Amino acid sequence: MKRSTALKASAVAAVMLGLTTPVLAAGEAAEIPRQSWTFAGFRGHFDKAQLQRGFQVYKEVCANCHGLKRVRFRNLSEPGGPQFPEESVKALAASWPNKIFDGPNDQGEIATSKGVIIKRPAGLADPILGPHDNEKAARAAFNGALPPDLSVITLARSASHAGTLLQTLVGMPRDIVNGYQEGGADYLYALLTGYANAPADMKLADGMSYNKYFPGNQIAMIAPLQPGLVKYQDGSPTTIEQYAKDVTAFLAWAGDPKLEERKSMGWKVLLYLLITSLLFYAAKKRLWAQVH
Amino acid sequence: MANHESTYKPSSRFERWLDERLPIRRMMHGQFVDFPTPRNLNYLWTFGGILTACLAIQIVTGVVLAMHYIPHEAMAFDSIERIRRDVNYGWLIRNVHAVGASMFFIAVYIHMARGLYYGSYKAPREVLWILGVIIYLLMMATGFLGYTLPWGQMSFWGVTVITNLFSSLDAVIPGLGTRIVVWLWGGYSVSGVTLNRFFSLHYLLPFVIAGVVALHVWALHVVGQNNPTGIEIKSKSDSVPMAPYAVMKDMFALFVFMIVFAWFVFYAPNYLGHADNYIEANPLVTPPHIVPEWYYLPFYAILRAIPSKLGGVIAMFGSILILLFIPWLDTSRVRSARYRPIFKWFLYLFFLSVIALGYLGAKTPEGIYLLMSRICTFYYFAFFLIIMPIVGVIETPSPMPRSITEAVLGKGASGAGVPAGAAAAPEKR
Repeated sequence: MKRSTALKASAVAAVMLGLTTPVLAAGEAAEIPRQSWTFAGFRGHFDKAQLQRGFQVYKEVCANCHGLKRVRFRNLSEPGGPQFPEESVKALAASWPNKIFDGPNDQGEIATSKGVIIKRPAGLADPILGPHDNEKAARAAFNGALPPDLSVITLARSASHAGTLLQTLVGMPRDIVNGYQEGGADYLYALLTGYANAPADMKLADGMSYNKYFPGNQIAMIAPLQPGLVKYQDGSPTTIEQYAKDVTAFLAWAGDPKLEERKSMGWKVLLYLLITSLLFYAAKKRLWAQVH
Repeated sequence: MANHESTYKPSSRFERWLDERLPIRRMMHGQFVDFPTPRNLNYLWTFGGILTACLAIQIVTGVVLAMHYIPHEAMAFDSIERIRRDVNYGWLIRNVHAVGASMFFIAVYIHMARGLYYGSYKAPREVLWILGVIIYLLMMATGFLGYTLPWGQMSFWGVTVITNLFSSLDAVIPGLGTRIVVWLWGGYSVSGVTLNRFFSLHYLLPFVIAGVVALHVWALHVVGQNNPTGIEIKSKSDSVPMAPYAVMKDMFALFVFMIVFAWFVFYAPNYLGHADNYIEANPLVTPPHIVPEWYYLPFYAILRAIPSKLGGVIAMFGSILILLFIPWLDTSRVRSARYRPIFKWFLYLFFLSVIALGYLGAKTPEGIYLLMSRICTFYYFAFFLIIMPIVGVIETPSPMPRSITEAVLGKGASGAGVPAGAAAAPEKR
């Protein structure tokens, strides 16, 4: 479903509800191209080096606005993820600028005498917090816009396409057989690389940026990535495309940290089911031979 | 069938003792071991067993999920994330439960289509069929309640849209609909109160389903299974004992079904869901596109095809309730569509229109989509109310075999073919 059609549908739903006034799309968002991801498909797995680079992009760029509150620091050293050494994650947590609420203290105060909210440095078991204490603080800082938490962002977005009945009939079984689950990652990559100059006939609202892939084409987030912005240690190219790819892979892991465990258990379960099915089939065939 | 003699022989003193006091093993043996099963059943008849397995899987995984889930508006979404991330194999249990709901519906739709094609709703199986429709209604209610629990955007707004349907009753008695909606919500909007009661009911209904399933199986064992010819079992050679014949076949089919199930669980767990449900519920932000789960889409299309709100609601509920009456709407005495040359094509068209409605339910109801929805909705009702009664009267059925044995082993087995309409050959008993 194209997001513009989707928006029109929302209008219908909203009118039906009589709750809200319909919002209409300002422009058509472009089709989202599919990327190739290491974590896609039957043999999908994460590239550890890529996740580590992606975390670096998150930490140096995204974390200035976005939290990752459903991911805990300890997850960063667990198998199936970036697997940073535990000691360095401990140090990272302790130095993370966004600290954990620690009030009330033994005197029952939630702020110091100077009016500073009591907080403590994060530990391994704590969530990776963004810079804002709450939604209102974030909206106040960003001109009313809210930078969403990124914990499940690749699951919460999709790149499903508008299609005719025929395209749906062909595309659906193909996506099922391929186990296509990377629509959110494709969308995120497209969004991060989709900044451009607005067409001459389009007037952007104050503080908004033009993005080819964002529904309505006007996005409150300014282009976050610039070439050379993050210094990679491993010699990977420091281009917008590479940053986008790496941070998307990292966020895909953040949203689905059990992906590798899931896919490696999957083929064993399927193999078991397949062999047992064949045994049942052979037994059934032999049994029924007496009847037919 | 139910009164066929069980061949159970107690083999120990304890079994004899129990048999005289509670002959449960005698009953189970009679009903599930040597129960006569038509020998010509095809694989479409394995879905009853598959559905039982689906229900068991949903209950077991659901009970475990309930140990970790928190039905609170501020914590529900996060508790699901805890299950996905921190509970041992929580990701697996949760995927099985979520995918399991879809698998349950795939199986029930095949099961229902089987019943329609082979006339399994006709006498003497009317009560069996009606119990099935009740199970299906309960499944829809349970699925809807369950979809609320993750408390994502689609949960929240799905509940808002569907519960709001009842407000259309304001057109009948002013204020009635609104009051019902407030009563369902437990307040003046969908909130944590709604979530908590939906959780309670979502835990309750599966056990109600299990109860009606027991009645469904009971009714089945009174009248016996239908079969692809639609001809009743007449002699011993028409049937085989349920165990091991039907059981082995069911097990094979169940495992093949599980392969599909597992593929989704492990490789496409989110394929059948909606991305917006990974966004925590927010009463202040309406998602761009509110759609129900795929298994409700045909009915959602019917709802939106009718220009009036109350009319749409009546059509939507009517489209399911009408199924209760088809044992009497179908005037043909021939059960199986295999021998109904005209009806067969109308039935294929009916299946096609339901699939089309499913597609249209996901589309914006405007232009060609709306027109198509209206045509398909018209056909949906016309099929039951006009085509079923009329075709049954005007159609000449094709020649049918005399018995199940003849259908399986060919004409040599039990004489020549008989003229059309001579389905119930009492002399063969």
